[in-house]
Amino acid sequence: MSGDLYEVISAVGETIIANRQMLTDLDAAIGDGDHGINMARGFEAVKAKLQTLETESDIGKVLKTVGMTLISSVGGAAGPLYGTAFLRAAASSQGKTELDVETIGSMLEAAIAGIKERGKATTGEKTMLDALVPAYEAFQDGAKTGKSVIECLKLACEAAKQGVEFTKTIIATKGRASYLGERSRGHQDPGATSSYIMLKALLEHLRR
Amino acid sequence: MVGVVIVSHSQKVAEGIREMALQMSAPEQKIIAAGGMADGGIGTDAFQVSEAIISANTGDGVAVMVDLGSAVLSTETAFEFLDEDLRAKVQIADAPILEGAISAVVEASLGSALAAVIATAEGARTLNKM
Repeated sequence: MSGDLYEVISAVGETIIANRQMLTDLDAAIGDGDHGINMARGFEAVKAKLQTLETESDIGKVLKTVGMTLISSVGGAAGPLYGTAFLRAAASSQGKTELDVETIGSMLEAAIAGIKERGKATTGEKTMLDALVPAYEAFQDGAKTGKSVIECLKLACEAAKQGVEFTKTIIATKGRASYLGERSRGHQDPGATSSYIMLKALLEHLRR
Repeated sequence: MVGVVIVSHSQKVAEGIREMALQMSAPEQKIIAAGGMADGGIGTDAFQVSEAIISANTGDGVAVMVDLGSAVLSTETAFEFLDEDLRAKVQIADAPILEGAISAVVEASLGSALAAVIATAEGARTLNKM
């Protein structure tokens, strides 16, 4: 499991890095055009830090390092937002070594609470929450009916994808995109997109 | 004396505002710039901000001046890294960063308490230039 955890985070990071341009293009349309660059910079720093944690099996410890590294290296609003999300997920998974349904469920719940608190945000404001909250709800629905981690994550990814689509239909009221008001409609939110991409990378890695 | 921290996406902006504010300050006034990323890039870094707050505090608390967007988020994240005592004595001023910083420094250098420093900084929002 220990090597696996390292590989999970690496896979998520590589996916963000690979989508740098797409995320930046989405952000250029309605924001300051740095989301992809910032997130890639953050996960490049995570990649370097992870070398020291290759044998760490405590999920909480690994996620804490990811959170701290994102906070100090992303630079844009995504730094404190995702950083806080990872730190809260770390606190909820301290001492855990298995990415089981219960652990992932509580990690998502804690991460979402952290983003809501840090961003003073909720769903329907064209943010990462519009992907993450439905994803969490779908994940928990799966968990309640006894589905496997993979099946629950699949449901979560489908819900997150729909959440990203939903962000095209609403206007932004948080962050730089809120300056655009009505003109932000029709564009998908870069933060919701990066959240979806990370969940999908997690699913694809675990499914292998 | 209340310390003042300047949080900007740009290291040059934060340093420049500090330089201007120093002209108006008492010699023992702490003004700490926390601008940009460690690699010199544009952005804000919550760890740099929390260290700046710690250096700016001489016991009377710290007023934090911020520029846009993530400067607020990073500063609020930085608060989480402070011990409880200091966290209770640090506040973000909802003010334009340059005018606010200079107003804050003038007030702080008079020996005013944190609430007064923040109020004066926020008063800079309505300063007319013409």
